[in-house]
Amino acid sequence: MSVVIVDTGCANLASVGFAIERLGSSNLITRDVEVIRSAERVLLPGVGAAPSAMQNLREFGLIDCLQELTQPVLGICLGMQILFMRSEEGACGGLGLIKGNVTQLETAQFPSPHMGWNTLHDLADDPLLHGINDGDYSYFVHSYAVPVNQYTLAKTNYGTPFSAMVRKENIWGCQFHPERSGQIGAQILANFLQVRS
Amino acid sequence: MLARRIIPCLDVRDGKVVKGVQFRNHEIVGDIVELALRYRQAGADELVFYDITASVDGRAVQSHWIRKVSEVLDIPFCVAGGITSVELARERLEAGADKISINTPALQRPELINELVAAFGRQCIVVGIDSFVDDAGFWVKSHTGAPAQTRETGRTTLDWLVEATKRGAGEIVLNCMNQDGVKNGYDLPQLIAARKVCPVPLIASGGAGEISHFEQVFKQANVDGALAASVFHKKTIAIPALKSRLKATGIEVRL
Repeated sequence: MSVVIVDTGCANLASVGFAIERLGSSNLITRDVEVIRSAERVLLPGVGAAPSAMQNLREFGLIDCLQELTQPVLGICLGMQILFMRSEEGACGGLGLIKGNVTQLETAQFPSPHMGWNTLHDLADDPLLHGINDGDYSYFVHSYAVPVNQYTLAKTNYGTPFSAMVRKENIWGCQFHPERSGQIGAQILANFLQVRS
Repeated sequence: MLARRIIPCLDVRDGKVVKGVQFRNHEIVGDIVELALRYRQAGADELVFYDITASVDGRAVQSHWIRKVSEVLDIPFCVAGGITSVELARERLEAGADKISINTPALQRPELINELVAAFGRQCIVVGIDSFVDDAGFWVKSHTGAPAQTRETGRTTLDWLVEATKRGAGEIVLNCMNQDGVKNGYDLPQLIAARKVCPVPLIASGGAGEISHFEQVFKQANVDGALAASVFHKKTIAIPALKSRLKATGIEVRL
């Protein structure tokens, strides 16, 4: 299978699958280690809380498999957060694929969670951002975030700036939901279907 | 910057989108998927589907059309109606809904909010509040899907709002019933009072009749989103015109 969506046991798997189908690509939602290993591209979606997502991955026996992938991988929302070393949410360990920790978003005077359409800024030169412009909107819903770091591809501001997108080698992450971000999200997913690691 | 959200609300009954005035006399306005796509094309930021008779009929909003909507829609959407348990919520989220909104079931058993938040996270749990104003204050009503079955809960709106957020609700939709369908504008005093005590995103509902009403509710009540139904269904207000007007008055919107 060319595109595989890792069954993280979270609730939004179907939406991500439908978004890939809208781009004309078949895909498979799976927790089968061999299928994931041999996929051309791997999507790691997630919603909810980091501890329960990590617990699911442990139960499904997927931790080692996900840590060893060499093909393009895209973590979405919570799926991006668990790519990192640790999360403040439930003091939970992550996959440790990218250096850095996930912290509670300091929203200052703004309501929390950060929910709605917000703008992308300071875009890096990266194939996933092909056709995306500074100020384009994508859809966020989260209360933890990855601070801006050396892997940040795009920033968003909500009380404080945080990483809207990250990349380390073959591993990308989006804090927002590309499957729910209209044309902009579709463009980012289409770019992911083209990248080579 | 975070954009203020414009949220068309589609009341659903027997698989069709309907609209009544003050929750009465429902008329069919169209097919769910067709209307969802039309609003998405027009620039809606999010959609809400309320199965308005689910609680009254003792059943939950149906998963089969949630799946159909999720297949075609690339903006977020929320579903509501008769979701009384974690299992019923799970089926609807797995079918592709981004958020679920609970109203009457939360009033009947407030712990439901905590259970849903524990299972799915607060980001996808919305509490809808139907609030009625009289001389004594703002009061919560339940079972508003059918006028004959609508009940007083004895709860005051602001106390219930605060309790719901303490139990973990990630967003509040405050529907001001006196205003619903009458197009006189959002209930600004009530929404201003709600904003002061609401730590999570707050969505205004009930009363939109013209573009200036949206401008007022964002500027005066500082809500995160404004929900409306009839002005969009009847094409009194076109979303692109609404959004450019809001942008011109300095309100952050996604164009």
